[in-house]
Amino acid sequence: MENIKDIVLEYVINEYLEDEDEELTYDTPLISGGIVDSFSMVSLKRFLEAKYKISIPDDKATPEAFDTVNKITELVKEFTG
Amino acid sequence: MSFNENVRGIYQDQLKSLQNAGIFKVERFIHSAQAADIEVEFPSGSSLKKVINMCANNYLGLSSHPEVVKAAHEGLETRGYGMSSVRFICGTQDIHKELERKVTEFLGTEDTILFPSCMDANAGVFEAILTDEDVMISDRLVHASIIDGIRLCSAMHDTFKHSNMEHLEQKLQLHSDKRFKVVITDGVFSMDGDTAKLKEMVELCDKYDAMVFVDDSHSSGFIGKTGRGTHEHCGVMGKIDIITTTFGKALGGASGGCVSGRKELVEMCRQKARPYLFSNTIAPVVVSGVLKVLEILSKSTERRDKLEANTAYWRKGLTEAGFVLQPGDTPIVPVMLFNAKLSQDFSKDLYDEGIYAIGFFFPVVPNGKARIRTQISAGHEIQHLDKALDAFIKVGKKYDILGKSKKEIIEKYGL
Repeated sequence: MENIKDIVLEYVINEYLEDEDEELTYDTPLISGGIVDSFSMVSLKRFLEAKYKISIPDDKATPEAFDTVNKITELVKEFTG
Repeated sequence: MSFNENVRGIYQDQLKSLQNAGIFKVERFIHSAQAADIEVEFPSGSSLKKVINMCANNYLGLSSHPEVVKAAHEGLETRGYGMSSVRFICGTQDIHKELERKVTEFLGTEDTILFPSCMDANAGVFEAILTDEDVMISDRLVHASIIDGIRLCSAMHDTFKHSNMEHLEQKLQLHSDKRFKVVITDGVFSMDGDTAKLKEMVELCDKYDAMVFVDDSHSSGFIGKTGRGTHEHCGVMGKIDIITTTFGKALGGASGGCVSGRKELVEMCRQKARPYLFSNTIAPVVVSGVLKVLEILSKSTERRDKLEANTAYWRKGLTEAGFVLQPGDTPIVPVMLFNAKLSQDFSKDLYDEGIYAIGFFFPVVPNGKARIRTQISAGHEIQHLDKALDAFIKVGKKYDILGKSKKEIIEKYGL
């Protein structure tokens, strides 16, 4: 599942970081850390759904579940089996 | 639960934490009419101080213009003080319709509907025209009132990086399955003073069948050759589907706002927008003032031309003095200080020198991008700007930031 992690990390870096010098790890808090606002989560959710051909219900797509690359990976794994 | 001592204590703690974080807002009391020269009581209870106002949205200097004040008096005499009704019951006068026609003409749109404020226009418009079949794609730096309007709407919402057209195109592709797509931006962004890339945006929206929404609150009246706004400046008059704007800034500065654009969208607002349906509209006295403002601006571009010249003079002076500015050509001129405390100390020292300009820092602007936001007016004379420049240079020398780069200032003061 390392592959999912790296794909998510790369997407988050390209999608949300404005400054190329910023560093992001698998455990960097994205939403609580102010990198991703809860509004912008929608594109991440749509990206994951399209990429892994899954459907993440709204009650699972919480700011907590999307807060780090590791947590997002766990969420994807839950739906990809 | 009643408002007992425990509840009171919780609120007191919250307020104290705002104070401790240095983000507790304190009002300064102005004892004169809004203008370039004002008399201010600050802190509360202190004696009045004459200062030059460098932070009002009074871009055209019309807030206290004698002709506007006279027109407002006449409106008060002939149409009364209040309406005591929402628009669709018995709260619409002939002058409300006249103002809607005049704004439509001024902005070059199909129709216009007035709102109590542009905050209300932005809060109401999206819910009135979109459903959960649609998507709203907004610039990441749009005004807070747009974000509130988006929150109230059931359509999907996504964002694109500030003024990044490649990113916007990716988002238009990502959401191509949606019924309607609306791209949302400010015309001029209030904190940085930069202008949206409307020409490119309109081209992309044509390509991907999306509508364009522009909040021109910091543009209407002075951006563009005849002051119609960013759509005139960018050469896309008639191609913006929805414009919202305010009468609370350049256009007299009192209050009120509107949605202007495609007539069906305006009519949907008239039928469904909650701030329109459940609140009185703009008071007759203000409507009369705004009508006079539009008459003045339609006759001559003298005021926006003076504003343009003042802005160029101010930017040149600050640049030559060695300040770091946000690039741009609008009357919003941010002097970058980067460090939050430095922005507050700088603002306080300017005030002691007779210059009223506010320091902004996180969360109003991104962390590490604290600044003094100056705003130029056609009401400023060159002597106002010279005096303000002298004060900026004096305070800039005190903190040793003149001629210093962003990197050097951050090294000296931190982020």
